[in-house]
Amino acid sequence: MSLLEISNLSLSIYETEILHDVSLAIETGEIVAITGESGSGKSMTALATMQLLPKGAHTTGQIMLRGKDLTQLDEAALCKLRGNEVGMVFQEPMTALNPLHTIGRQVAEAIRIHNPALGRVEAETRAAKTLTRVGLPGDQFPLSRFPHELSGGQRQRVVIAMAIARHPRLLIADEPTTALDVTTQAQILDLLKTLAKEDGMGLLMITHDLAVVADMADRIVVMRQGEVVEQGETKHLLTHMTHPYTKMLFEASAHQVSLPEAPSPQPLLNVENVTRDYKLPRKTLFGAPGHFRAVNNVSFDLQRGERLGLVGESGCGKSALTRAILGLEQVQSGTITLNGAPVFTDTKPNLNVRRKMQVVFQDPYGSFNPRHRVDRLITEPFYLLPDPPAGAARAKAIDEALIAIGLSPADAQKYIHEFSGGQRQRIAIARALIIKPELILFDEAVSALDVSVRAQILDLLADLCEAYALSYLFISHDLSVVRTITDRVLVMKSGEIVEDGPTEDVFQSPRHPYTRDLIAAARMLPSVEQEHAHAHPG
Amino acid sequence: MLRYALKRLLSLVISLTVASLVIFFVIEVAPGDPASFMLGINAQPETLAALRAELGLDLSKGQRYLAWVGGLLSGDFGTSYTYRTPVADIIAQRLWVSLPLALYALALSTLIAFPAGIYAASRRGRAGDIGMMGATQLGVAVPNFWFAMMLVLIFAINLRWFAAGGFVGWDRGFWAGLHALTLPAVALALPQAAILARVMRSSLLDVLGEDFMRTARAKGLSARQALWRHGLRNALIPVLTIIGLQFSFLLAGSIIIEQVFYLPGLGRLVFQSISARDLIVVESVVMLLVFSVIVVNFIVDLAYAAVDPRLRLRT
Repeated sequence: MSLLEISNLSLSIYETEILHDVSLAIETGEIVAITGESGSGKSMTALATMQLLPKGAHTTGQIMLRGKDLTQLDEAALCKLRGNEVGMVFQEPMTALNPLHTIGRQVAEAIRIHNPALGRVEAETRAAKTLTRVGLPGDQFPLSRFPHELSGGQRQRVVIAMAIARHPRLLIADEPTTALDVTTQAQILDLLKTLAKEDGMGLLMITHDLAVVADMADRIVVMRQGEVVEQGETKHLLTHMTHPYTKMLFEASAHQVSLPEAPSPQPLLNVENVTRDYKLPRKTLFGAPGHFRAVNNVSFDLQRGERLGLVGESGCGKSALTRAILGLEQVQSGTITLNGAPVFTDTKPNLNVRRKMQVVFQDPYGSFNPRHRVDRLITEPFYLLPDPPAGAARAKAIDEALIAIGLSPADAQKYIHEFSGGQRQRIAIARALIIKPELILFDEAVSALDVSVRAQILDLLADLCEAYALSYLFISHDLSVVRTITDRVLVMKSGEIVEDGPTEDVFQSPRHPYTRDLIAAARMLPSVEQEHAHAHPG
Repeated sequence: MLRYALKRLLSLVISLTVASLVIFFVIEVAPGDPASFMLGINAQPETLAALRAELGLDLSKGQRYLAWVGGLLSGDFGTSYTYRTPVADIIAQRLWVSLPLALYALALSTLIAFPAGIYAASRRGRAGDIGMMGATQLGVAVPNFWFAMMLVLIFAINLRWFAAGGFVGWDRGFWAGLHALTLPAVALALPQAAILARVMRSSLLDVLGEDFMRTARAKGLSARQALWRHGLRNALIPVLTIIGLQFSFLLAGSIIIEQVFYLPGLGRLVFQSISARDLIVVESVVMLLVFSVIVVNFIVDLAYAAVDPRLRLRT
C-alpha cells in the first residue's frame, strides 16, 4: 500500500474544471516532485490532498492516505489529520506566519492542537527542539522571537518546523523556495531532503523549477492544464522522456540564445563612484537619522551595443542602482552619465538623457494601467519628447513597435487584460522600444514568466539585438538566464560590485568567493541529451 | 514598549501645546475685542471696561496666553460671563453626564458590533451575512433623532420602562443614573455599532484571506479556531482606529440626542454658550474636547502597540 495514492482525481471549482483524472502515488521515504507551468493544477493537487480547497470546489476520485480516503472524511477528522499526518509548507514565508504571535507560540500550537493534554511548558520544550532541528537553535533564535525579526529563509524554517512538529507521514511543500534567494534556496532544499530522510517521510514537492526537480526528486510528475502528461522515476524520465510537452519544458528551461556580435566598444553609460544612502528612521527623537548604504562606491561602464548583466541576491542594491541610473533618485556621491551627459541635474532627472533610456519591469500584470488601450500604453514614452509624433507618424511607430515584438498592428486597440503574461511582457518591451532608446534596463523582466514563455521572450530579445543593436543592462537573480543573454556580467553583493567580467569567463572560472557560492548554490539542469552519469554532481 | 509609550507621550504634550496656541489665538485674538463682542454693540463703556479687566484683556497677548494655560493646568478655567460661575464647575457638571453617556454608548456599540461583524465575516456571502449587512445599512441610514424618538415612544411612553428625558443625577446611585442614560446611550450606540460592525467585517475578511490563516488550517486548526486564534487580533487595528474616532464624536457630538432627551450635557453647553456669546466657556470646552481627542488617540496608539509587536519597534 502506498503512503499516498491519488487516483482519477478530478476537481472543478463551480463549473470550471481545474484537475482532470490525476493519478499519482508516493511511497514512504520517497520524494516526488510535481512540476508544470502556471495553471497546470500542481498547487491545486496539493491543496486537494490537504482538503483545503477553495469555496465551490467539487472533487471526484480518490485520495488515499494510508488506506483512508481523504475525500470521504468529515471536517473534524480532517482537522485531526492536517498537521498531524500531513504537514504543509507554503511558497511565501514572509506572509505564512501570524505576525502577532511569537515563533515559539506558533510552533507549540501545532503540537498542542493535536495533543491538548500536553502542558504549555512541555509543548514549548518540544517546539524548541523542533526549531533546533530545522536550524534555529534556541540560543540564537529564542521562542520569543516574532516573525518580523527573522529573514525570509529563517521564517521558512519556522514554517517547516510547524509542518514537521508532529512527525507527519507526508510532507507537502508548495514552491517552498521560489520566494528565496539562491543560496537560501539551496539550504532550505537540503533541510527538506534531510528531514524527509531522517523521519522517513514521503515528500511531495510542488515546483516549477526543473533544476530543483531534477536534483531532488526520486520521481517526477509533469502536469499541464490539470492533467498528468508524464510521470516516472527521475533518472529514467530525464533520459527517456516521451511526451512532447515534457521535452519542450526541459528544453525551454535550458534555453540558449545566440546573441549577435557586439559592435566595437564605444562608451555609452558611465557609472563612477556612485553611492546611494537611504535614511533610516531616527533612533532617538532629536538624534540625527542613521543611514543605510544601499550602493557603495560603484563604478562601471556600459559600451554601446553591449549586453550587460547584473546579478545579486535580494537586498544587494540592484534596485537602488537601477533607480539611480534611471535618474529616479538622487545619489549621495558619484556621477552617472549617458553619452557624457548626467542623468540627474540639480534636484531633478535630466529629461534630455531620460528620454534615451527605457525600462522593462518584472510584473507584466502590474506595470500597465488597465483602463488604457495598448496604443496609448506603448506611446507613453512619447511624453518625454519635445515634439512627439502625431497622426500618421504615431500610427506608424505603433505598428512598427508591435510588429517588432511579434504582435499585430490590430492589437493596438485592445486592452491589456486581453493578453497573456508573455504577450504583456512583449508589450512592455514595445513600450520601451518605441522611442528607440539608447539603453534599456530589464529589471527581472523574465522572472515572473513560465519557462516556455521565458524562452520565447529571450529569443525575442536576441532578435531585437540583431535588428536594433540594443544596449541593455539585464538585472536578474536567475543565473542561467543572465548567462545566455549577456556579454558581460557584474556580480553585486552588499552594495558593492565584487566581480566584473565577460559572462562566460565569470561562470567558468569565478574569481570572487561570493560568485563561486552563487554559482554553486544555483541548481543547474543536467543536460537532457547527456547520460545521467555525467550530470552535474550536486 | 516603554520607549514607544514615552515617545507617544511626548508627542501628546507637543500636540496639546500647539492646540492650545491655535485655540487661544483663533478665539481670543483674531476677531477684535472679545469683551465688546460678548456684550454686543450697545454696551456701556464702564461695563465694557469692567469686563475687559475681568477677562484680563489689558495684559499683553503672551501674558494672557500664559495666564490662561496656567489657569487650565491648575483647574481654573475662568468665570462664565452668562452663568457668573466658574467655568470649571459648569464643565464638570456637564462632564458627569456626557462622559458616562459616551462611555456607555461606546461600550454598547462595541458589544453589538464585535459579534455582528464576526458573525457576518464568518458567513460571508450567506444569508446571515447578507441579513446582517442589510441591518447595518439601515443602522447607518436612519437618522438618530428619529430613532431616539421611536425609543421614547416605545420604551418610555408605551412600556414605561424608562423616563422620556432628563437626568436624575448620580446622587441616587450608580444604577439609577445608568438607567436614566440607557435610552440616549442606545440611540447613540446603534448607528456607531452599524459602522463599527461593517469595519469589523471587512477587516476580518481581509485577514481571513491572508496566507497565515491557511497555515493555521494546515496545522490542523478548524476554521473557527483559526478565526478566533489568528484572525481576530489581526483584524483589530482598523477597528481600534474607528473606536477612537467614535469616542471623540460621542463626547461632544451628541447634541441632538441631548436635545431629544433633555440631558444637561456638553453638546448643549457648547450650543448655549455660542448662542450667548460666552467665549470663555466655548474656549474651555473646545480645549477640553481637543484634550480628550488627543488623549484618546494616545490610548489608541498604545492599544495598537499592545496588539501588534511590529509597531513597538517603530519610532
